[in-house]
Amino acid sequence: MSSCRSAALLALGLLAALTGAAQQRATDQYAGIGRSATTAEVSAWDIDVRPDFKGLPVGRGSVRQGQIVWEAQCAGCHGIFGESNEVFPPLVGGTTKQDIETGRVARLDDASYPGRTTLMKLSQLSTLWDYIRRAMPWTAPKTLSVDEVYAVTAYLLHLGDVLPTDFELSDRNMREVQALLPNRKGLTTEHALWPGTKGAAASQVGKRQKPDAQGSACMAGCAAMPTLASMLPDHARNAHGNLSTQQREVGPQRGAATEAGLAPPSAEALAAAQATPVRDLLQKNVCLACHQLEGKLVGPSFKDVASRHAARADAQAYLAERIKGGSMGQWGTVPMPPQALSAADAQAIAGWLATGAKP
Amino acid sequence: MRAPGVHGRLNKAPEGFLERAAIGAVQTEAREGRRDFIRQAFAAALAGSVGTAAAQANDGDPNVLTLPEHSRSLGQGVATDGYGRPSRFEANLQRRQSPGLTPTRQSSVSFAPLQGLFGIVTPSGLHFERHHQGWWDIDPSRHRLMLNGSDDRMLKRPMVFTVDALMRLPSVSRFHFIECGANTGMEWGNVAVPTVQYTHGMLSCSEFTGVPLVTLLEMAGADWRRGRFVLAEGADGSSMTRTIPIELIQSGEVLVAYGQNGEMLRPENGYPLRLVVPGVQGVSWVKYLRRVELGDQPYASKDESLHYIDLMPGGLHRAYTSIQEVKSVVTTPSGGQVLMDRGFYSLNGLAWSGRGKVTKVDVSVDGGRHWKPARLQGPVMDKCLTRFSLDWAWNGEPALVMSRATDSTGHVQPTYAQLRAVRGRRSIYHNNAIQTWLVQASGEVRNVQLS
Repeated sequence: MSSCRSAALLALGLLAALTGAAQQRATDQYAGIGRSATTAEVSAWDIDVRPDFKGLPVGRGSVRQGQIVWEAQCAGCHGIFGESNEVFPPLVGGTTKQDIETGRVARLDDASYPGRTTLMKLSQLSTLWDYIRRAMPWTAPKTLSVDEVYAVTAYLLHLGDVLPTDFELSDRNMREVQALLPNRKGLTTEHALWPGTKGAAASQVGKRQKPDAQGSACMAGCAAMPTLASMLPDHARNAHGNLSTQQREVGPQRGAATEAGLAPPSAEALAAAQATPVRDLLQKNVCLACHQLEGKLVGPSFKDVASRHAARADAQAYLAERIKGGSMGQWGTVPMPPQALSAADAQAIAGWLATGAKP
Repeated sequence: MRAPGVHGRLNKAPEGFLERAAIGAVQTEAREGRRDFIRQAFAAALAGSVGTAAAQANDGDPNVLTLPEHSRSLGQGVATDGYGRPSRFEANLQRRQSPGLTPTRQSSVSFAPLQGLFGIVTPSGLHFERHHQGWWDIDPSRHRLMLNGSDDRMLKRPMVFTVDALMRLPSVSRFHFIECGANTGMEWGNVAVPTVQYTHGMLSCSEFTGVPLVTLLEMAGADWRRGRFVLAEGADGSSMTRTIPIELIQSGEVLVAYGQNGEMLRPENGYPLRLVVPGVQGVSWVKYLRRVELGDQPYASKDESLHYIDLMPGGLHRAYTSIQEVKSVVTTPSGGQVLMDRGFYSLNGLAWSGRGKVTKVDVSVDGGRHWKPARLQGPVMDKCLTRFSLDWAWNGEPALVMSRATDSTGHVQPTYAQLRAVRGRRSIYHNNAIQTWLVQASGEVRNVQLS
């Protein structure tokens, strides 16, 4: 036995030495990368609070103080009594005195009870405190003082009939309040969905490894004649919008037209309708062979043409004439030949140039 | 212009004989009940420039016989768009919200259009989104990553890294899927949504580039004997936190990533830094990563102790559920699609497992009575999407299409009946049941569940 133990100790020692060596290597190898954090930096960011309340700062706040914070900063989304379902699911409701006794919320086993409130699910007080501190109020997270976080946590628990009106919550009595949470015994880690294998002394996480729902590998004669158990009712087919506009317009299938009547314009028709007409005109009339929006090509850029004639009152007419009739000597030695485009196109392009050639 | 509810063989749509721009107008008019307009439009099309081709329809397809504009003219120049965009004909494929799922857009989700994607990589702009308190485009020069310990002895020294510093370190690039734990969550009770975008679209797959977190913790002198868990924390308003087991870190799998599909992460996906935790649900892939804490206990953060907990029959919640188990879905054909004709189809879809590689996918077209092994498209990678396909000739009769994946641990994807027998119907999270699509005689595909 003793030799076994010393072998194990030796192995542990070796492991420690190897780990230490790896770390020394990492530090040496990547010289100049990263730096030590200052104490102030760590305390600025390290705000997490664990279930054992490690990380919980000293402070206090009463139910009455919490009500003031609540009504000013929380009620807008969560309702005066934490009951609102307008913006977020309700925070309180669904728990009973009996639940506080047992530590299990009975209604979680009642499929007919609508919804699950935060208080019905909450098993760790640290979770609530930590979350309010780091992420609330929703539009101005991390702006509550530590005392305000205690106060508003106390008020929320008061709304859920866990704490009396005259209660003051502090770093000193968090454990006692933890022991009152209606669903404090409501979590389990007995499952195979945790990717760790060692578990930890303080936790059963990772204990179970075998998946709980195993399928069948049967290849033939497997199931009875299937019957449909569930399908979207016809009236809900369009609840996600017209599905014909959510599928590619080329390939082996199209989208189902779920709107009454025919399918709306295709993506392509919509895109065509929305495309910049001038860009199409420039393309169609081969203007882009010699000009581009910015920077000289064979001819001047559209921007340069636009800016040269910006002050001209008759810029559109003038430019249309130049496009149709051609131009020479204005921008260098290369002439622009007369262009065989329609008068309408010439007017449209000239109008675009006269108004600044905006992309 | 497809008439809904047509049964039997579908004729090809006549769009090819109409000017594209006219189709929208025709459809608008038709919706308003002006059928004569449609006749006029067709008459105009036949009499117009396309008319010649239509008159010669017996000689062949006018798209072949009449050279199009792009064959007879000059195309556009280089760098028209400094950052290229998809074709204007692809505008239907968008990330979309599920109406009514969430009341705000900042704490919400958008679904990736799996129905139109090929291969295994999700284009970064179509990657699904999940934000808890809105997304940000953070200046990388001002972003920092801190490593510290749950006590003073956990690290030899707490450290701070700039993004510049992290990008100097040796990097790895790996393909992995990311799936929200609530993917397919709306379908636990019954069919709730119409298409694969909404049933399975909280799923994406990218090549991520970054530094193994283990390297950084080594540099900081981690105490691997006492350290059991890592807390990852984001820099955004929610400052999301999640506990990750040390085994995943030490295996080198977990990355502090800055790259995605060859470029930097998109802001919606955590620019400039996010954690990549292969095989684990997306909520652990903390975006805007600002801090990693090595500790000896799990943290019971809001998103592992209050949300992202799985309600079981009897009223207990499972906490710390993280692994995304073996799962697959057929994307072609899938809900909301209409098959245009009978005959050959390459039925295909995606399979994945958070425990390893996909080793087998079976496909059934008769509601699970008979299964055939599908082809797996290589490379088949660890904790990564795998595309599968099966040749299928649709005879025009109703078909119930399903896929069933098996992973390298031997775990076989369960049916709804098998899953619900253990986990009930109110779990919300971790629904990896076999999906069934009903191909109706009309060609329209519907989302269904079988008893």
